[in-house]
Amino acid sequence: MSRLIATRRLASNLFVPRLATRTFCTDAPTKLNEVPSGSQFNKESKEDEGFMNDVPQHDIAIVGGGMVGMALACSLASMPLTKHLSIAIIDSNPALSNRPVIKKDDPPDPRVSTVTPATISLFKDIGAWEYVEQHRHAYFDKMQVWDYTGFGYTRYNARDADKDVLGCVVENKVLHKSLLSSLQNKDFNNTIYSTRLSSISLPTRSSVSSAGASVSSPSSKNLANLAKLDLSDGTSLYAKLVVGADGSKSRVRELAGIKTTGWNYSQSAVICTVEHPMENFCAWQRFLPAGPIALLPIGDNFSNIVWTMSPKDASNHKIMNEDDFVVAVNHALDSGYGPRPESRVFGGDVISSFFRPDVTSSAHERFEPPPKVVKLASDRMAFPLSLMHANQYVSKRVVLIGDAAHTVHPLAGQGVNMGYGDVSSLSNVIADGIAVGSDIGEVTLLKKYESDRKAANIAMMAVLDGFQKAYSVDFGPVNILRAAAFNGANVFAPLKKNIISYASGEFKLPFLS
Amino acid sequence: MSRRMFSRSLYSLQYLSRSGGFSPHNSSINPNSKHTVLAAFGRFLHVRPYATTPQPSASASSLNQTELAKFAAIADSWWDAEGPFKPLHIMNPTRLAFLRSTLCRHFGKDPFSARPFEGLKFVDVGCGGGILSEPLARMGASVTGIDAVEKNIKIARLHADLDPIASSIEYRCTTAENLVEEQMKFDAVIALEVIEHVADPAEFCKSLSTLTVSNGATIISTINRSMRAYATAIIAAEYILHWLPKGTHQWSSFLTPEELVLILQRASISVEEMAGFAYNPLTGQWSLTDNIGVNFIAFGIKNSQ
Ligand SMILES: Cc1cc2nc3c(=O)[nH]c(=O)nc-3n(C[C@H](O)[C@H](O)[C@H](O)COP(=O)(O)OP(=O)(O)OC[C@H]3O[C@@H](n4cnc5c(N)ncnc54)[C@H](O)[C@@H]3O)c2cc1C
Ligand SMILES: C[S@@+](CC[C@H](N)C(=O)[O-])C[C@H]1O[C@@H](n2cnc3c(N)ncnc32)[C@H](O)[C@@H]1O
Repeated sequence: MSRLIATRRLASNLFVPRLATRTFCTDAPTKLNEVPSGSQFNKESKEDEGFMNDVPQHDIAIVGGGMVGMALACSLASMPLTKHLSIAIIDSNPALSNRPVIKKDDPPDPRVSTVTPATISLFKDIGAWEYVEQHRHAYFDKMQVWDYTGFGYTRYNARDADKDVLGCVVENKVLHKSLLSSLQNKDFNNTIYSTRLSSISLPTRSSVSSAGASVSSPSSKNLANLAKLDLSDGTSLYAKLVVGADGSKSRVRELAGIKTTGWNYSQSAVICTVEHPMENFCAWQRFLPAGPIALLPIGDNFSNIVWTMSPKDASNHKIMNEDDFVVAVNHALDSGYGPRPESRVFGGDVISSFFRPDVTSSAHERFEPPPKVVKLASDRMAFPLSLMHANQYVSKRVVLIGDAAHTVHPLAGQGVNMGYGDVSSLSNVIADGIAVGSDIGEVTLLKKYESDRKAANIAMMAVLDGFQKAYSVDFGPVNILRAAAFNGANVFAPLKKNIISYASGEFKLPFLS
Repeated sequence: MSRRMFSRSLYSLQYLSRSGGFSPHNSSINPNSKHTVLAAFGRFLHVRPYATTPQPSASASSLNQTELAKFAAIADSWWDAEGPFKPLHIMNPTRLAFLRSTLCRHFGKDPFSARPFEGLKFVDVGCGGGILSEPLARMGASVTGIDAVEKNIKIARLHADLDPIASSIEYRCTTAENLVEEQMKFDAVIALEVIEHVADPAEFCKSLSTLTVSNGATIISTINRSMRAYATAIIAAEYILHWLPKGTHQWSSFLTPEELVLILQRASISVEEMAGFAYNPLTGQWSLTDNIGVNFIAFGIKNSQ
């Protein structure tokens, strides 16, 4: 009898794979083949007649071995239910096969990402964070945001959200390299195809009818239901699932006929690395008439600049001489446009006395001036700001992740974090599917990933778009309201906690919870 | 032992009647929602022919021709996830999770393995187009799928050939009682959503039991008669009819969990686990519950003789 009673326990424990956290194997031999080979041919398939033998078959083909695609490969390699999968990674980027060495004293690359605690825990799960820690990276536990009018400022502190850090700034090449190193240390069946995707043939019909039987041989029927990828070096391969991790101009997205919604802002961002006299542990952002300038710590005495301005100003700032640029940066960060905020115009103390139990200590923290920049330490890059979102993330045998599904402007440093959110979700969905014997290319399975991620990504994009609209135009006196918002954010701790949680990848905006 | 099962189940019946009807299939809530689809499906797949169906002649056949004709008519749509078999498609992950969990535990298999059923022989009785057989094969089992409808077997074969792993499934157009005659034995005998379509559930269960190796597993899922019983008066009549002596053939109807446990017991199968399926119209997903009032699944072990 007790067995029946036990049903409740059974029911709640049923999704074992979800509870199963990842395990790592670090002692396994390197299995990162650099040359595609026919030997990857799926052993399970029946012996086929003739030329079919030359076309490799994989469970999953990841198109694009960038920061997001490599993280998916690592994640699949780390989970008990997916580590047996045969994975193809298609990317002509030489870094995938050359294993470039990153020297610690190289000047930092201007392409950096602010990774959130959620991303850090993904990297830890997949065994890649230890490699990040061997390279330059900078945790920060404070953030100061203020306005050029001098009316408002707010300081975020990791303590407000009961966290040790708000995030960590890491060069993109370090993230990428760490994922590669982690993958090389796993016993995982993956093949890197150093080429590009040119076209995909997808199975046309999902249902089978009794008509049309016995036309083709068993082996070609096996393949008819798979996606066939044609590569630009003239070779092909078959896969049950094609993952488009090929960035904002995704070829996979285009070939799958998935439309996008997107818009450009008449603004550009200039990014570069700068040096200052002392190490920096705070992320700084100051709002200027033409948009924000951010100074993000990246370790040692370096910080990264992301500076939004008109496209014309951006190209000027890109080519002006280095000394003038440093002067312009310091002007924008501190000395120019308007005074430093000194006192709270809106009587923060009066407000906070109403909310005393909720007020966090950082509400009383003083405004601090940002570090003074002494030197430009990298090339300057300028790129236009835009937002793009794919109308669907999945279709039969195709799924989009990372920038292929959504591209955001870099202001909030959320671009790659959204991609890592996709990676966690998709690898869990694939593992759950394998647990119950699903075909991993089935739309019904992949839809779970889409419904999991789409809402979160759209909400994040709406926030970023709102941010953009609110802070990109100089409204003159309206700046006072903006300043009020800052002051408000500083004293209403619960709200601030939400902002931090949201920005650090926990996706709990008040209106969503 | 089974008495407590009964009372527990009676509790759920009372609960259902108190809540004034059967919301999961009550299409009046929102005519456009998935409820309607399910209700329609329920009617289609589960309504029994009360008109006097000619029973297959004296031999102990499980075939009910009227039921089989219905399946033959829609065989082409087995793999259309949005077609008439949609409820089975969306229920599939949930019932497979139940199978994974119970079978891994019973056979001592690693629940973290991608192919935990490697080395086990399963038969999927009433496999239809193979919606269940294929995942079981991917989970490592060597699967035999049987169905009484030739067209279903043809579709199942065609679809399995699309996947190298699924193409290892042996599909046959036959019945459980024919396999018994061939003296076939399996580690697990699985008949999901079939028993409500057969001519004589008790005889059917005996066949399933004979096909199961000693200490092997027999798993049956079906729809609880209680739901229909409350839905229409006709079923109320059938509720009475089930007290009629065996062999009147009117017995063949939806079973309650108690009845299923009883007839399995008589066939030397002890039911060890039972779970219900609940449909959440908001998420469009099924989940396992301990409410066996509507759809339920029973996991039994063949007694060692
Ligand atoms: C200049 C710049 C600055 C940025 N700054 C930040 C920042 O500060 N913080 C932040 O979070 N995000 C930033 N982003 C966004 C961030 O870089 C992206 O979100 C992130 O790189 C997305 O990773 P991904 O792997 O999806 O795409 P990508 O990094 O674009 O990788 C795509 C990969 O696919 C490959 N590929 C493309 N087409 C094909 C094909 N047909 N066949 C095979 N392979 C193909 C490419 O070689 C590439 O390796 C910035 C982006 C840019 C452009
Ligand atoms: C509702 S379907 C269930 C299909 C499959 N078991 C599933 O759950 O996905 C019922 C199937 O049982 C088959 N069937 C009905 N009576 C049968 C019998 N006596 N012997 C074998 N199969 C039978 C029908 O042809 C039909 O394919």
